[in-house]
Amino acid sequence: MAKKILFEHIDKPGIRHLEAYRQHGGYKAVEKALQAMSPAEVVSEVITSGLRGRGGAGFQTGTKWNFLAKPEGVPRYLVCNADESEPGTFKDRYLMEKIPHMLIEGMIVSSFALGVNTAYIYIRGEYFYLYNIMEEAIAEAYKAGWLGQNICNSGYNLELHMHIGAGAYICGEETALLESLEGKRGNPRIKPPFPAVAGLYGCPTVVNNVETIAAVPYIVNFGGEHYASIGIGKSTGTKLISASGHIKKPGVYEIELGLPVEEFIYSDEYCGGIRNDNELKAVVAGGSSVPILPKDLILKTADGHPRLMSYESMADGGFTTGTMLGSGGFIVMDHTTSIVTNLHTFARFYHHESCGQCSPCREGTGWMEKILHKILDGHGTLSDIDLLWDIQAGIEGKTICALGDAAAWPVASAIRHFRAEFESYIKDPAASRTFSHYDEKYKVHNVDAQS
Amino acid sequence: MGSIKFSDKTMAKVRELILRYPEGKHKSALIPVLHLAQAEFDGWLSPETMEYVAEILNIQAIEVFEVASFYSMFNLQPRGKCLIEVCRTSSCWLNGAYDIMSYLENKLGIKMGETTPDGKFTLKAVECLGSCGTAPMLQIGKEYHENLTFEKIDALLEKHASGEFITNYC
Ligand SMILES: Cc1cc2nc3c(=O)[nH]c(=O)nc-3n(C[C@H](O)[C@H](O)[C@H](O)COP(=O)(O)O)c2cc1C
Ligand code: SF4
Ligand code: FES
Repeated sequence: MAKKILFEHIDKPGIRHLEAYRQHGGYKAVEKALQAMSPAEVVSEVITSGLRGRGGAGFQTGTKWNFLAKPEGVPRYLVCNADESEPGTFKDRYLMEKIPHMLIEGMIVSSFALGVNTAYIYIRGEYFYLYNIMEEAIAEAYKAGWLGQNICNSGYNLELHMHIGAGAYICGEETALLESLEGKRGNPRIKPPFPAVAGLYGCPTVVNNVETIAAVPYIVNFGGEHYASIGIGKSTGTKLISASGHIKKPGVYEIELGLPVEEFIYSDEYCGGIRNDNELKAVVAGGSSVPILPKDLILKTADGHPRLMSYESMADGGFTTGTMLGSGGFIVMDHTTSIVTNLHTFARFYHHESCGQCSPCREGTGWMEKILHKILDGHGTLSDIDLLWDIQAGIEGKTICALGDAAAWPVASAIRHFRAEFESYIKDPAASRTFSHYDEKYKVHNVDAQS
Repeated sequence: MGSIKFSDKTMAKVRELILRYPEGKHKSALIPVLHLAQAEFDGWLSPETMEYVAEILNIQAIEVFEVASFYSMFNLQPRGKCLIEVCRTSSCWLNGAYDIMSYLENKLGIKMGETTPDGKFTLKAVECLGSCGTAPMLQIGKEYHENLTFEKIDALLEKHASGEFITNYC
């Protein structure tokens, strides 16, 4: 069995509640940090650990913490990003549902390290049942003295609150999230200034993903050096992978970074292979935003090395032959899958979720959806493929936030690797449509009904 | 004004929510309070409801409308008692989400986005809800229904045929 950090105790009975969590070593990191360490020492351990943001971008967490401005007399905030809306990603949900105190413990230790006295967990609105689980866990923590005034008799105070969103993928983008937390529309801010300087209410703020923060107690308990010894190279530690699509065993897996992709897909410890023993066709490895790769390139890099689940190996080959680890939303497609139809679901998604501030994103996402719709409907022309290519190129890098890029990359990579499939769809739409395995009677292809 | 009013219990909840934010930053409570309002006033936000929320939070009604119209969970039109939200994004599509939608459309005799004439059911297509590993899925109120089959859908429709109002905020 591979190393488990976040999931070591996840299946212990009652672990959702404080008592069982405590029995399995919970809140030891709070005791250690608050009683025996200085905030700077905690930050230093996190830097040594090499921990990288698990929300998608993979930015060094310790470096981000070091950027936090510390002007006198101005409050600082820590905001946990539990907006989890990147299609294919469902790991933060699993962590909060199963072991909510791990996130709370991480919030306490991280807030202490950053000199924060008020922290928020921003959770997507649809996760309402989870909001209740988290609220219950937070109430338990307050009652036991892990939150509130003078925690562990250290003189340190922390207020931790849940905040619920209301359905908007863009609120996962950290500055949109802060706008939303201030009670406004989720329009991303122009950067700089970065949140580290002017974030929530204009005060210095750190935004971190749920999984990032949940890893901090382990680092405090066992040391940054130990954490850095897990994983491979600059991809230290473990990562939660949300596996879905045409695999035998979908679910959330904790992997040690560096695991070969082939092993992840085919071994019984993880996905268990392709459903119905079908042929693997393509994988979207890091959530909908990252480039799709065909079988050959996801299993091996362009120069023939086994592709590994690490930030570096996933990115090997750049966007020509590589992809990104992203949020770890791993969507697997078998040989029956229509890449064009899948792309249409992504294009529709980004069009739906664009906040509308930048013309390239607002207009471009709509055009891409329409053109793909036209192709699916059987009215595409071969020049539509080039048109799609031009539109995505006109969005990438030209917008306020990265949603524009996230909308462009799936289109670019699908055309790059599956151009022939677009062409055959356009030439013979009827033959290109794929069917799912449900009742014949309800087979549908009328995309209008669903758009 | 005055024809709509939160119950005492909800009002207490509103006060607790406002206290979560620093002094003068009570606008932060807007989204949570709109959820409460939607749950208490028939599952949608009428202009009157939005004005009421503005009054409570001491902000302009236009600020409330601006926010309410941005987020997909806020309904600006009346909806059926049971709102069925079906995910249509990639992983769910790969696992038959479109078939699930057609099945629901056929059973209820309405299209996605519509409400049954008796006001009991509304169908809505939504984007990824974080259940991709248990696809296909739909949400009713705060409950997730995953690994859907036609049999499960039949049972759900039967369960909610009584016309009881379902909200996600409870
Ligand atoms: C459109 C968009 C959506 C995002 N959605 C999420 C999200 O749901 N959860 C998340 O943690 N980060 C998301 N991010 C990344 C955040 O902006 C931010 O980088 C992250 O929360 C930082 O935390 P980390 O360093 O711990 O990863 C998103 C970014 C973009 C551009
Ligand atoms: S890129 Fe898209 S989502 Fe991001 S700010 Fe611009 S319009 Fe909004
Ligand atoms: S794609 Fe449907 S829940 Fe994620």
